Amino acid sequence: MIELENVGYNYGGGELLTNVSVKLAPGSFHFLTGPSGAGKTTLLKLCYGALTPTSGRVRAFNMDVQGLDRDQMAHLRRRVGVVHQDCRFLDHLPVIENIALPLIVSGKDLGGEEANLRELLNWVGLSSRADALPPELSGGERQRAALARSVILSPDVIIADEPTGNVDWEMSQRLLQLLVELNRMGKTILVATHDMALIRAAKNQVQARVLRISSKQLHLAGADL
Amino acid sequence: MSEGRLRKLIIGDAQADRVVPPSGFTAHLTLFASGAMAFLAVFALALSLASGRLADRWAEELARAATLRINAPLEQRDAQTRQALTILNQTPGVASARALSSEEQAALLAPWFGSSLPIDRLPVPQLIEVIEDEQGYDSTGLRLRLQAEVPGAVLDDHTRWRAPLVDAARALRRLGAVSILLIAGAMAAMVTLAANAALAANAQVIEVLRLVGALDSYIAHAFVRRFTLRALGGSAAGVALGMIGVWLMPEASNEGGFLTGLGFQGWGWLLPLLIPLLAAAVAFMATTRAANKRLGDLT
Repeated sequence: MIELENVGYNYGGGELLTNVSVKLAPGSFHFLTGPSGAGKTTLLKLCYGALTPTSGRVRAFNMDVQGLDRDQMAHLRRRVGVVHQDCRFLDHLPVIENIALPLIVSGKDLGGEEANLRELLNWVGLSSRADALPPELSGGERQRAALARSVILSPDVIIADEPTGNVDWEMSQRLLQLLVELNRMGKTILVATHDMALIRAAKNQVQARVLRISSKQLHLAGADL
Repeated sequence: MSEGRLRKLIIGDAQADRVVPPSGFTAHLTLFASGAMAFLAVFALALSLASGRLADRWAEELARAATLRINAPLEQRDAQTRQALTILNQTPGVASARALSSEEQAALLAPWFGSSLPIDRLPVPQLIEVIEDEQGYDSTGLRLRLQAEVPGAVLDDHTRWRAPLVDAARALRRLGAVSILLIAGAMAAMVTLAANAALAANAQVIEVLRLVGALDSYIAHAFVRRFTLRALGGSAAGVALGMIGVWLMPEASNEGGFLTGLGFQGWGWLLPLLIPLLAAAVAFMATTRAANKRLGDLT
């Protein structure tokens, strides 16, 4: 699905990542962990094309990401669902329209997707908040809304950056549950987190691999941690 | 632009329209500024058309007419006039020649001497109006012949004082045209600024849209459509007010001379209706450029 080959990234003030190679196979579940500032978000951005590596190659769906023009990049974004650390929404539109935004911008007919949309809202437990505006949501509700938005186009890969960063344990369990369910449906999942308890909790439910960034390199943390 | 895109621009996509938040203040400013520009454009157009008409009329009327003046002692005047008329009627290129009656001459002098002047008793030269035909006559040849046979005759073909008048009217028309171009340029600048402000204010919206896979063209379209419609609406109102203003101006009259002829005539009334379309086209291009430039700057 997504493949990094000897990728390095340099912010201008020295190397942040060097010689990173990783392959996200279809249907796999990966955690990405490491201390703050180690480059977790950078690595994720390299995976979905928001950053271009300073060395090495990134391939997504057998396409060279560096070679894509802006429109092809937009099409790539539709195949990769991203849940950002700070989930951004269009604050003037209600939650349901924000979740449907990927459908709207890709020109899909909303009428035919109405049932799916309701089902998805129900799945993330936001049915009663459908008409609320994003600023009125709690941290956990925002994360769930962002997750729902990232999967509405049924992408093959879902990348989540600290999805449980701002929520309590119960809510992070619930988010993990949603990610695990997506993985069981065959989606490739990559989650950046520094929450080891979350990773341990996931171990009981899914075959997850843990990637750790330390001293600018990516290591596989044990076969199955 | 393809027909489909044009239709989409006009009809719009209700969903796409909602993704950019409404911006009350800049919207009103854009409407007002394009209205004001269109209002000014109507007057520049009226000025340009009226001075163009004037230049054509002066050039046409004066070019076809000449005056023969006979300065002769009173007793020879009639004989010389008859002689001159004979020569003129024989000259190829002269369509007609007519001696002005003493009443007509008195009317010409009235603005200077008043109407009670006993013109018959004064040594006023006799005037002959000469009208050219399409080919025109050879004025040098005519002058030489008149010199030989009618010593008191002076031919004045109006070239001397016609040229500066026509030049002035044409310069006025050019000024009007330049004003219209400047107005279009100012409007493009204004729309560009407003569009840039809107794009900057909605940076987060653009970022979110990119994130969820919106194409640049989709994002640009949401802004372009809005500004194009605003320019169209504002300038339509401005043109309507401007046309009412021109319509309320006094009719062309002899007393008012040039100024009262400022306005539209016949098909000229249709020309201002093009202004809103041009304004919309200008806004479309300006916003498209601004949006594409700003989106191109994003990673």
